[in-house]
Amino acid sequence: MALKLADYKTDVHNDWCPGCGDFGIVNALQMALAEMGIQRDKAVIFSGIGCSGKTSHYINTYGIHTLHGRVLTFAQGAKLSNPNLTVVAVGGDGDGLGIGAGHFVAAGRRNIDMTYIVFDNGVYGLTKGQASPTLKLGEKTKSLPTPNTNYNVNPIGLAVTSGFTFVARGYSYDVRHLKDLIVKAVNHKGLSFLDVLQPCPTYNDINTRDWYAGVDLAKESMERHSRIYKLEDTGFDPVVHVAEEAEVNEKMAQALIKSLEWGNSIPTGIFYQNEIVSPYSERMIDKIPNYLENPPSVQNISQNGLPTTDISKLLDSLQV
Amino acid sequence: MGSIDFSWLIGGPQGSGVESGANVFSKVCAEMGYHVFGKREFYSNIKGEHSYFTVRVSDQKIHSNVNDVTLMASFDAETIFRHFDEVAAGGGIVYDSDLEKTTTDDVPTLDDYFKERLHKFLESKNKPFTIPGVLEIAKEKGVHLYPVSFKGLLADLSEKTQNPKLRGLVRMYNVLGVSLSLGIIQMPVASLLRSLDSIFAKKPLVAEINKQAAIFSHDYATEKFVGFSHSLSGNKKEPDTILVQGHFGTAMGKMVSGCRFQSYYPITPASDESVYLESHELLEVKNDRPGSTLVIQTEDEISAMGMMIGASLTGVRASTSTSGPGFALMAEALGWAGINEVPIVITLYQRSGPSTGLPTRHGQDDLLFAVHAGHGDFPKIVYASGDIEESFYDTGRCFNYSDIFQIPVIHMMDKFLSSSVVTCKRFDPQKITIDRGQLLEKTDGEYKRFAFTDSGISPRSRLGLDNGIFWNTGDESDEYGHITEDPQVRIKMMDKRMSRLDLVLKQISQDEQVVSFGVHDYTVISWGSTKGPIIDAIELLKKEGINIGFIQIKLLHPFPADYVKSLLKDAKTIIDIEANHSAQLGKLYNQNVLGDIDYYILKYTGRGMTSTEIYDSLKKIVQNKANKREILSHGA
Repeated sequence: MALKLADYKTDVHNDWCPGCGDFGIVNALQMALAEMGIQRDKAVIFSGIGCSGKTSHYINTYGIHTLHGRVLTFAQGAKLSNPNLTVVAVGGDGDGLGIGAGHFVAAGRRNIDMTYIVFDNGVYGLTKGQASPTLKLGEKTKSLPTPNTNYNVNPIGLAVTSGFTFVARGYSYDVRHLKDLIVKAVNHKGLSFLDVLQPCPTYNDINTRDWYAGVDLAKESMERHSRIYKLEDTGFDPVVHVAEEAEVNEKMAQALIKSLEWGNSIPTGIFYQNEIVSPYSERMIDKIPNYLENPPSVQNISQNGLPTTDISKLLDSLQV
Repeated sequence: MGSIDFSWLIGGPQGSGVESGANVFSKVCAEMGYHVFGKREFYSNIKGEHSYFTVRVSDQKIHSNVNDVTLMASFDAETIFRHFDEVAAGGGIVYDSDLEKTTTDDVPTLDDYFKERLHKFLESKNKPFTIPGVLEIAKEKGVHLYPVSFKGLLADLSEKTQNPKLRGLVRMYNVLGVSLSLGIIQMPVASLLRSLDSIFAKKPLVAEINKQAAIFSHDYATEKFVGFSHSLSGNKKEPDTILVQGHFGTAMGKMVSGCRFQSYYPITPASDESVYLESHELLEVKNDRPGSTLVIQTEDEISAMGMMIGASLTGVRASTSTSGPGFALMAEALGWAGINEVPIVITLYQRSGPSTGLPTRHGQDDLLFAVHAGHGDFPKIVYASGDIEESFYDTGRCFNYSDIFQIPVIHMMDKFLSSSVVTCKRFDPQKITIDRGQLLEKTDGEYKRFAFTDSGISPRSRLGLDNGIFWNTGDESDEYGHITEDPQVRIKMMDKRMSRLDLVLKQISQDEQVVSFGVHDYTVISWGSTKGPIIDAIELLKKEGINIGFIQIKLLHPFPADYVKSLLKDAKTIIDIEANHSAQLGKLYNQNVLGDIDYYILKYTGRGMTSTEIYDSLKKIVQNKANKREILSHGA
């Protein structure tokens, strides 16, 4: 039975603020799941804490709303145990790049085949607007008593250098483009990172929807000038095509340079993609040849209540 | 104890082969039919600091170390300075005669605190601060001295075998020490050679050299050092005996129980277990394709905890292994597993705290922490094993408990257990049962993960199960797992979860909760690895006509108060024995049984208790000469 977009929605009341950028992301995610036709009971949405953490309750698949900063750890444990699941982890930029930054880096190094979407809005919304890791140094959003004293994290750059093999950025008000990016991220063999610019209408009065749309720039130039542009429209090629160090370095370097673009011109789309790096499951197969056919989640461990694991050889080696 | 009760000590700088020497010695004794109880002590250091291993050997079943050393093999001066006084009258010291000029100041790893105490002692005996000084004291006490020039021995051997490489091969000293010791106690050399063959099975050339050295030094000792009063020439071997290291019990328990996912972050003394599991990650399964344990080294203990929970949500039996500092980082996610009713097993190998504490030393400091870990009220089980053999079967129990009651289980182990090497009855996997509780194989129609049921336990789906969709959240949730802040649902959900604690006490059989070794006027209560030394101490006292009872409490949370109370109803004096400062079990007892503890026997030096120490303290208690708190301090 073909699944429709509506099948991926729950009837849980959505309590995000009117105009919140999160709506675009959850819609894009549901559209992507529907487009790919992923069975609802074969997909798991893991979420962190904060407004974005509620995402898993709005999607009608398995949904695991975890702890602040720890979403990737739960998601990886599940995907490793049952590699047949489609796993998408979501969380805010404070969740993933502040309290969870260590896990972010470690996850990149593993390159497990799943997708991580960061709802990037520069503020801690649910605790009333403190500065989050992507807010620029010196910026003062409306609830901050004084301007931000910390330099910002560069999510794209951090992902590329941590080992993520698919690194992209979307914009929550360009839902179709975001949906396309999510489809590509999920289909990518390895760990995908999607940085989604998502205006918080309540607490971030700097990076607003109008700001991204370039309304302020339009006043100067008398024409509409969106800050957001798509890398693919510029002929940018993010893909590592050959397994050569020079090629990898070049693609990483251009992604890093693009990741530094901000201000009046903000790139979206795929920054970096490398399917030559082995996904973690292949590294497991090197150790455990039947890992994919017989992963932890399908292994039989007992028969009639008695264990079937045979450790007699180990015990023989200890026998005196 | 039996007619043979022999304690051997080998010491040397960390990295010099003390442990492998002790393993060879233990293996030889075990193969010759003796019961073995070995324990390793070491600094938080890779190379150079003092480490030592005591191996107690008997023709009877033993469960502990004793204070007295019968024979000490040392190949450095520090071992002699630190341990000479432990060697009992009639015992012996094998030492390197090239050390005869060494003074305490020549040993940089002798710390000032120790040196000051030693100097005072030597002054009181009017002896110089030298190796000959301390050896004289030993000799006056009646200890046999066995000087051997290790260098000379190797030179002779090198000449005899025409192998110039052997000359000055310092890393052979441990084999020399072991072989000399075995020669002195007249242990046949054949078993030693077999042991070396099996240890160096993959390096036949190394095995050959070691065997030559072993024969040569064994012969040397049998020829030169005759008349030692302890002889161990062999004993009737008990069938189905294995020689195991401390972490084998929980590791093999996990394999057999079907644990297929273990995440961990390196920490002493827990990581040996994980490394062992990974070394044996491919598993043989009866009538099935090979299985495997996925062992993941994570970036920290928080991740280890998250990954384990994620794995468990897919229906896999999942576990982590850690020690106090790591467990501290796991506390938040423990509550998440609690509110989401996720079965997990945390194997907690305790060491001495607080903070980094004594990172390679023993302690039972984390009982109350385990009981109270995590914010908010949620049910969990804290269960403690008393010895390595128990820990194998207890691991099976812990997985069943967590599946049946859908709650986290903290399995308490410790450094005393993890760095022991003992003989015990071969583990019997068929004595472990597997009960997955209400884990669903399929669902039809509408499914509610947290459905209210009469039993208080809801059938459990798993990620990926057809039609089994559910939601989890660290927030309070409704029956589907969606967030709710409704006060009435909150009451029902809290009551549902917390009712597990009563279920645990009702459904876990009493002999799994508490083990009684008899109750008398004087009765000991304890938990965990103190079991062994307590049993041996009580046995000694029994021979003197003093009967002491002992109940070992294995289920520590929820606390089996009524059962403990009923067991102790005829006891007049309650003695609590624990390896911590604040008598943590005593506190649980006070709270739950509403009774008083009459005496405490406590140790928090980081060194395990010996049966001698417990024997001495219990005797003082019976003679009414004891302090309310008896504080033990034996061990370097």
